[in-house]
Amino acid sequence: MSALIALSGAQKYFGAYHALRDIDLEIGEGEFFSLLGPSGCGKTTLLRAIAGFEALDGGSVHIDGHDMAGVPANRRPTNMVFQSYAIFPHLSVAENVAFGLRKRGLDAKTQAEKVGGALEMVGLGGYGARAAHALSGGQRQRVALARALVLEPKVLLLDEPLSALDRKMREQMQGELRRLQRHVGITFILVTHDQEEALIMSDRIAVMFDGGITQIDSPEGLYRRPASREVGAFIGQMNFLSGQVRSGSEGFVAQIHGLGHAPLAADQSAEPLVAGQATFGMRPESLSLVFDGQARAASEAAGRVADRAYYGDMTYYEVALDGVAEPVTLSMKNMVGQPVLSVGDAARVAWDPRALIVFSGAGDA
Amino acid sequence: MAGVRGQGHGLRVYAVLYLVFLYAPIVLLPIFAFNDSTIIAFPLSGFTTQWFVELADVPALHSAVLTSLKIAVITALISTLLGICAARAATRYRFPAKAGIMGVIMVPLVLPEIIVAVSLLVVFLQIGLELSSLTVILGHVLICTPFCIAILNGSFQSLDVSLEEAAVDLGESGWGAFRLVILPLVMPGIVASLLIAFTISMDEFIIAFFLSGSDPTLPVYLWGQLRFPQRLPVVMALGTILVVASILIIILAEWFRRRGVAKRGGSDSGGFL
Repeated sequence: MSALIALSGAQKYFGAYHALRDIDLEIGEGEFFSLLGPSGCGKTTLLRAIAGFEALDGGSVHIDGHDMAGVPANRRPTNMVFQSYAIFPHLSVAENVAFGLRKRGLDAKTQAEKVGGALEMVGLGGYGARAAHALSGGQRQRVALARALVLEPKVLLLDEPLSALDRKMREQMQGELRRLQRHVGITFILVTHDQEEALIMSDRIAVMFDGGITQIDSPEGLYRRPASREVGAFIGQMNFLSGQVRSGSEGFVAQIHGLGHAPLAADQSAEPLVAGQATFGMRPESLSLVFDGQARAASEAAGRVADRAYYGDMTYYEVALDGVAEPVTLSMKNMVGQPVLSVGDAARVAWDPRALIVFSGAGDA
Repeated sequence: MAGVRGQGHGLRVYAVLYLVFLYAPIVLLPIFAFNDSTIIAFPLSGFTTQWFVELADVPALHSAVLTSLKIAVITALISTLLGICAARAATRYRFPAKAGIMGVIMVPLVLPEIIVAVSLLVVFLQIGLELSSLTVILGHVLICTPFCIAILNGSFQSLDVSLEEAAVDLGESGWGAFRLVILPLVMPGIVASLLIAFTISMDEFIIAFFLSGSDPTLPVYLWGQLRFPQRLPVVMALGTILVVASILIIILAEWFRRRGVAKRGGSDSGGFL
């Protein structure tokens, strides 16, 4: 996979505020890449630096092998879908889509065909003559997509494109965007603060905090091997339990305060942590309730339900385990024939040591 | 309930009195403009259009109208252009002491015109600029520009910054983005600004009186005519025409502004009417 976009040592300051800290990033051709992080983490600034709307204070951006230093936004092979969509309200849908084509010197027929094709692609065939300001949010988003994609950019930049849509629309567009990206084969870079959205849509995700990239990995990699407790807590939910790592005869062993010991999975890099303080991450789905009449699990603990949230298909429990400081969160599928426990009920909790994620340092993050 | 209704009634009486006070003198203009007598007093003596006919053969009046039109058109163009620059700077760019600078630009809005007029007169005499239509234009630009900025600020502020970036992103130059996206969207504001500045300049008296030199503007000419009581009905007739024209222009300006709001699909807020 050759790098279509390469950033190295990218720095950006807004006054004294360090918005981008030494960003190194390579994004391949045809990749669906997401920049994920909480608001103010610099992800939009990074996207705008690639688009050419923010000049870097250090480092470089290369697109398709060309240094983009001093290349303005209108001469970069990138196009952007803005958070507000930025549809030109005084133009029709077709005029919006044709806006970037005017400079290409196409004859009227070819241009109309391209515009029609782009609108067809985003599911707005026949909407060309409509006034742009009369469209719904979802339709505006599609026009913004068509307007950018009709120029066949090397890279499509999407700045929180789904955040203004209601939930149903957002879920539908997530699927459509993903299909569209596979169809056109253009590199998409998506900025989002919604970890679920990033996991669903991306080939790879860069997680950003405070202007720096903390981790770049595939969705599964990020979820299973978060580089820090911060990442682990940001992507999905995670319980943090303190303890130590010991070296055993068959690999590494986790010694968790209040829960006892268990072997660590081979994909967890525990070696540097041997004998030191460690924190173990446990996803809610790797813990489960053991109901009366079920066999005792290998790793089990007793406790009491402290709180519960019922979601219909799932129930999330907060269980205070005997000997463990903080209650742990666990999720159960609501199966027929299994009771839903109430607050105050005694609970047996089984945990799967294979799902333990190990971090350095003590304490509950 | 009764108390609330009583209060509402009192406010209604107040509102009616207020409107009468505001508009009764203006209503008198057309009444006496069509009255067949040189004495401005009731009872009315009969209907005539004689005063309007007399308007047609006063060369000094015609030249005053032309002078005023010329000054008003040039003033409207210059102050709207300055207004565009200021409104764009205020909404698009960050620069030091921005609030202070914008405040200072808007001050002529509240300065007593007589002070502005006298100060300008002193300055022009000091630098040896002869009083003419040019000096009136300079004075009028000074007082019209804040109005233009106020109107244009609204137009520029309601624009999404991303619109311009989107145009650049799609391959336009900075100027192209301004011309193809920003300008069409603020055009209703520009037209409204032109019309307001034109109207203000057209009936401005104090600055014109101090700075107009040997070419009087229309208001200055009218003021001069008041010395001859027998000319009063003619002045009334002219006043009637001016009031009608002013109202038409203001309605036109507001229509353009509202059309602009509707065109962008926004909801209406502010404006003069």
